[in-house]
Formats: sequence, C-alpha cells, structure tokens
Amino acid sequence: MKLDAKIPAGPIEKKWDSHKFNLKLVNPNNRRKFDVLVVGSGLAGASAAASLGELGFNVKVFTLHDSPRRAHSIAAQGGINAAKNYPNDGDSVWRLFHDTIKGGDYRAREANVYRLAQISNQIIDHCAAIGVPFGREYGGLLSTRSFGGAQVSRTFYSRGQTGQQLLLGAYSAMMRQVAAGTVTILPRREMADVVVKDGYARGITARNLLTGELESHAGHAVLLCTGGYANTFYLSTNAGSCNVSAAWAAYKRGAGFANPCYTQIHPTCIPRSGEHQSKLTLMSESLRNDGRVWVPKAKGDKRPPNDIPEAERDYYLERRYPAFGNLVPRDIASRAAKTVADAGFGAGATGQAVYLDFRDAIKRKGAGAIKAAYGNLFDMYYQITDENGYKAPMRIYPAPHYAMGGLWVDYNLMTTIPGLFALGEANFSDHGANRLGASALMQGLADGFFVAPATVGGYLGAGKFAPASPADKEFTDSAGEVRDRINRLLAVKGKKTPSELHRQLGNVMWNDVGMGRNEAGLNKALKKIPEIRGEFWKNVAVSGADKDFNQTLEKAMKIADFMEFSELLVRDALERKESCGAHFREESVTPEGEARRDDANFSHAAVWEYQGEGKAAVLHKEPLTFENIKIAERSYK
Amino acid sequence: MNDSEQFSVTVRVWRQAGPKEPGKMAAYKVSGISPDMSFLEMLDILNDDLLKKGGNPVTFESDCREGICGSCGLVVNGDVHGPDEHSTVCQLHMRRFSNGDVITVEPWRAKTFPVLKDLAVDRGALDRLITAGGFISTNTGAGPDANATPVEKDKAEEAMDAAACIGCGACVVSCPNGAAMLFTGAKISQLALLPQGGPERAKRALGMVEAMDRQGFGNCSNEYECEAVCPKDIKVANIARMNREFLLAGLISER
Repeated sequence: MKLDAKIPAGPIEKKWDSHKFNLKLVNPNNRRKFDVLVVGSGLAGASAAASLGELGFNVKVFTLHDSPRRAHSIAAQGGINAAKNYPNDGDSVWRLFHDTIKGGDYRAREANVYRLAQISNQIIDHCAAIGVPFGREYGGLLSTRSFGGAQVSRTFYSRGQTGQQLLLGAYSAMMRQVAAGTVTILPRREMADVVVKDGYARGITARNLLTGELESHAGHAVLLCTGGYANTFYLSTNAGSCNVSAAWAAYKRGAGFANPCYTQIHPTCIPRSGEHQSKLTLMSESLRNDGRVWVPKAKGDKRPPNDIPEAERDYYLERRYPAFGNLVPRDIASRAAKTVADAGFGAGATGQAVYLDFRDAIKRKGAGAIKAAYGNLFDMYYQITDENGYKAPMRIYPAPHYAMGGLWVDYNLMTTIPGLFALGEANFSDHGANRLGASALMQGLADGFFVAPATVGGYLGAGKFAPASPADKEFTDSAGEVRDRINRLLAVKGKKTPSELHRQLGNVMWNDVGMGRNEAGLNKALKKIPEIRGEFWKNVAVSGADKDFNQTLEKAMKIADFMEFSELLVRDALERKESCGAHFREESVTPEGEARRDDANFSHAAVWEYQGEGKAAVLHKEPLTFENIKIAERSYK
Repeated sequence: MNDSEQFSVTVRVWRQAGPKEPGKMAAYKVSGISPDMSFLEMLDILNDDLLKKGGNPVTFESDCREGICGSCGLVVNGDVHGPDEHSTVCQLHMRRFSNGDVITVEPWRAKTFPVLKDLAVDRGALDRLITAGGFISTNTGAGPDANATPVEKDKAEEAMDAAACIGCGACVVSCPNGAAMLFTGAKISQLALLPQGGPERAKRALGMVEAMDRQGFGNCSNEYECEAVCPKDIKVANIARMNREFLLAGLISER
C-alpha cells in the first residue's frame, strides 16, 4: 500500500486554489455520462449529491433509512464553525486552522485543515442562501456562540437543532436535483460491499432492506458518506443504525483504515440509568457556554445539589483550566469528569455523573434567555430523566460520540482504492486525535458541497474508463460473498440475541478501551474480543428469512462487522504508545496528569492494510509535517 | 435499579407479515420493566424475548431515539406518539405506565402510508412533497455573503419554528382527512418567511399543494388534531399561511 497524500505544492493559502485550477474538468455535456454512487445521505452525502447533481453528473444516492432526511447528522445540536469574524473578536481562517490543528493535538494534516477553514465561510453563505434558519440578532444578521477549544465566538447555530437544519438544507438541495432528474434516491438500501474491478472502485453491492434482494449497481466513482463507528462501544450517542460496515467492507477490499483508535468521548451526555439502556443522549456542548460544571468537594456527598453550599462545590474545570474554564475541548472535559468520578466525588446515586449547573446563568440572564437558547435541550433532559434542569443542576457524564479515525484519504478525499472516495465522518482527514465542537458539521458540508464536487470531477475528467456492468464477474462474485455471509448468520440459530452480544463487546470496549487506556487493559481486550466474536458466530440468534424486511438480520450484519473492526481499533490503540487528544494512554502523561504526546515516535497517521481473514493487518505510516504551525504542548490553562 | 420498582405490562401489538398480508392484534406480556426505561426499550425487551423463543420480533422503526430523526411513530392506546404532549414515541418513558397495564400499539394509519410490516409504514409520499418545491433553487457557491441579506429576527424565529418539523407524519395520521397540510404548510412557511425563499414563493405553493392532491393526501377541515399531536408543536397558523400563499400564487401566476 502506497500512501501518497497528493498535497499540492505552494504556500498553504494557495494550495486549494491552485489545485482546483490543476484538476481536470468534465465538459458540461459529458457529465451526465458519468454515474456517481453516493452511499449515505447525511450532511456529507446529501451535500455531495446535491452539488454533483447541480453540475450535471448522474448521481445515485443509497440510504438505509426510509427517507434521506433521517440520517444521523440530523441529531447534531450545537452548531457549525466558520471563520467569518462577524463578532469582530479576532477570528480568521488562520485562527480556525490553528485552533483545529491544536484541538486535534497535532495529529491532522495541515493542508486539509487549512482548506477546511477556508471553505467554512462559503458553507455559511450557501446554507443561508438555501434557507437554513440560522439564529439571528435584532439587526437581522447572523448570531454566533462559543464552543470548546476556541476563545472566539465562531459557532453559527439554529437553536439546539443545527444539525437538523443543515441536513434539511442539504436534503432539500438534493431533492431539488431529484426533481431536476440528476439525482435518484434509493432508500432502504444498505451497502454490503464495494465492487473493485481492475483495481478501480466500480460499484457496490447493496441489500434492499424491504425485500432482502441483493442489488448490484455500477458507476464510475463511489463516495462513502457513511458516518462513524462510535457504536462499536454499544452505548453511544449515535443512532441505532450507525455502523462501520460500509467502511469495513471498503477496508477488506483494500482501502487503508487510518487511526481507528481516535474515538471521541463527549463530556456532556445524560448518564445511563440501567442495563436496558439502548442509547445515550447527548446534551449539546453549547450548554457549557452558560452551564458550570462541578462536583461536591466532599467524597460521597449525597445531599441534593441545591443543598450543597457554594463553598463546598468544586468547579474543577474552572479550577484546573482557568483560561478556557468550562469550555475546554471535549477530550479534556471528559477525562476530568472521569478523574473526579473515579476518585469518589461523582454526583447522584451512581456516582457516575457530574453536575452541569445553570443557576448562575439564570440569575444573570433570566430563565427566559436560557430557555430561548437551549429550551429544547432542557425539554429533552426532562423527558428522559423526569428532572427539571432550570430548578436543579443537570447530571451529565461522558459517552462515546464521534470517530476521528476512518478511511484514509488523500487531499482529494480518495481512499487507497482509485475511484473510492470517503467524505465526512467516514474519513480520517481533518480532526486529528480530537475533534472540536461544531467542526463535524463544518467538515461534512465542506467535503460534500465543495471538496468532492471538484476532486471527483477531476478524477472523472482525467480517467479513461473501461466498461463495467452488474453482469461482470466482479459484481456477481461480490453478491455471492455477501449472500454466503448472510446464510452463515441465518444458519447459526443460536441462543443469544445480537444486542446481547453487542452489549458484551461494548462492555469490553468501554472498560478497557474507553477514556483511559493502558497496555494491560488493551491486551485483555485483544484476548476477549475474539472470544466474543467466536461466541457470536456460534450462538447468535437470527430469526426470519433472508428475502424479507428483517431487522434482526440487519442488526446482526452490522454487529458482525463491529466484532471484527473493534480488534483493529484496539491494535491501533496498543500500537500508539503515546497520549494524544482523545487517545489517552495512562503510561504517557505529564506530571500534572495531562496527555503527553510523543512527537519523535508518533507524529504520523497510522494506516492499516487488510491481509485477509485471520491474518494480522499491516501498519503503514503517513508522516505528519508541520510547516505552518509551531508544534507545542497542548495547553488550555 | 431496585427490583421492587420493576413491573410488567401486556402489549397488544399489530402484526402484519407484509404489505399485502392480512394483519391482526397479538398480545404479549413484557416483564422486568423499570420506570426509567423508554417505551421503545420496552419493545426491545419484547423483541429479545420473542427472538429467544424462536419467534419473529415485532418490526418497528426508530433510529436516533432522541426525538429528532422522525423515524419512530406508533399509536399507543389510541394516541399518536403516545400520551405525552409534543413528544415522539421514543421519548415516552415507562414511568407513565403501571404494573398490569394493557397497552395497545398500532402502526401509523393513513391511506398514503401503507403498512410494510407490523408497525412499519412507508412514508415516502412526504419526500415526494418536498421534491415538488420544498427547496430554494440556489446552486452551491452561488449565494452572496450570508450577512448580505438581513432577516428580521422575529421572522427568522418564526421560520425556525416551522422548520423544526421532523417529518414523522403524525399530523397526517391524526387528521380525519389524512391531510399533510401541517407538514406542507410548515415547509412553505419556512421558505416564505425568509427573503431567500421569495423568488419561488408562488411556484412553490402551487407545486406543493398540487403534489398533496396527487399523492392522495386529504384536505383540511380545521380539526386541529395535527397541531395537538405534533412533537415539535408546529402551529396550524402555518396552514393558514400556506393557504394565503396558494391563493396569492393563483392570482399572480400565469400557470
């Protein structure tokens, strides 16, 4: 596997412009002759489909949902970053670039991140133009709020539903292209395999979730916009259908998988209430603008929070990180919560929680202002916990949320398989070892609206394409392999449900591969995962038929992939013997207990290459070089 | 969880093997329920039980389980999305029920939402309404600077109120006429309230209203059921605005 990031030459400010100029174009009349398959309809997929459709390419969109509007981007709450500097507080493309590189603990590629910061402003312009109802000031102009890891206010938002509004904006732009005839939506299709012919990605095998039929679709390029893999941990903030399967299938066909161990644990989620729990609900990071995080100063203090006087509260984030306070980045806030809870200071009955308190903000601004800014989040908290966040502090605890790792891509967002692109959370490209709040929406839309339409066009314009059709051997072989796997699953007829086995895997991942990782724990996980996987294939219960609307089978197929992928995640975590961003190796800490990077040995992206079933994956390294940013210890004090 | 708090209920669920198969209600006892459990987690327990006994789990749709994706939708004891006001069924919790309750669970019922299997229905007609004009025709990269077009804050807030629709279809199901007017009115309102949506107002109103007829949705007879069940509290004022937009479009349009 050769890793060529294809970073354009020249100063960083000019790279994207000069690259766009150098990319080949496809004549407008010829574009409709190119079939582009977009898998996934979240922010990245919907925006890519809309933009490619507008350009005149023939686009097919595959979504496992009944409607593309339900993709999990919809659940993003807080906002989207852009370097507009509308508040006149010293922001710039350069500062957003700098904050993102630093936020990612110097483990992202400079050129990609600079481009992301440049494009951020175009995203806001375009989204306003297509009717996204952003929050506004009385003068009619756009309003911003602050997010973690930044000292400027650069986060644009639509109340607590920014992901929803941006996704519906991208979705509506895509549906306009459906009306125009350039985009076709194929709902209720789950991609089961990438079809590679003569070394090029030429199509996919998809399962029709209503009929169970396996379909072969051929095209000239395939875009995986299939999101992240936080559900490897079983309990996460992700929706039930979020999975690693498409990326895993691509990996097995030869796409490098980069930095799988970079998984973000979000600090502000509603704590779990019991074994039955099917998911964890996030409370937006934006709440930390006004909420103060604290625990009792006394160990095991079980008094109701409002009875604990001011002097007996430890506002530990403000104490430890005076410069950023409650708005430190997510990885730092999560670890700090775990540290106080593990030491016995945790709040509530379980002790696995900290308080997020709005008392002071309500006193200062009034309950009305807090309600206007976060009303839907308080409602959600009430519905789930039966507790009123206006009257008593919320209880929060970290939960798996986002995957910074993903398919390795070059500057064009192309994987190591020519013609196979990965966009949004599915790729590894922009967030390094930790993503800053409000940067996922930015990256998904940057990739889909602006980067892929240029680079996919460049790929199509430069290539000479041999014919490919679903009748080809590569397509029928792929469908055959998928069918075999399905038949194997149905033949097990075991006693444990897919969810039970997934929960077993999740417990190992959370306990040994979660917020704190060490060699002994990781080795333990490497021993346990194959055991659980073995049990899965011997004892999973999947009822019903293959050729049917069969949700148990769908679930089992996804979990089968988590059972394999999780092992690669752990191997990557074991291999990276440094702490960086969200990856915290307990062996590598500063005297103050903060993450200690090892730039001499680990300033690279770790890229894994599949070698076949039962064989150990091979590690490749893409060295990271920093020419524009001075690499330093990451401090938010 | 304290064991003494655990309880049992009986759920009566609509079972239907496929779109053309006959359906019927089936009753199941579900035990080991805790008050903090969500309604869908209770159905998860039921499904795990069924699976372990070699049966077929009940097909129902859900994804985010935090009330925003719009995937879930059940009629619980006759209530669309269950007894809680302005809530999706995934946000309903078992603390609203007591030991021994019999709970009836049915799928969305509307001519335009055919049942696919058990509690899952096809809501594709809502996507087809959006395709008929629920967008602004501005290509990527063509728009001006975002702050070049000020929007009155109150209008922007009102647009956001309408835009909060999650496309679950509860409004259609609750309406005695099976109308999609709250859904359509919300989209038309959002884009009519924003200056960016101005140039296509007439075309949009005509296109989307025609599409409602074409898809087989009914008309509004001011029952207000849709507003009562809407998880996002979208107001029927949006239907009034849609009617004004449609009327105005009819007057000025050359179509």
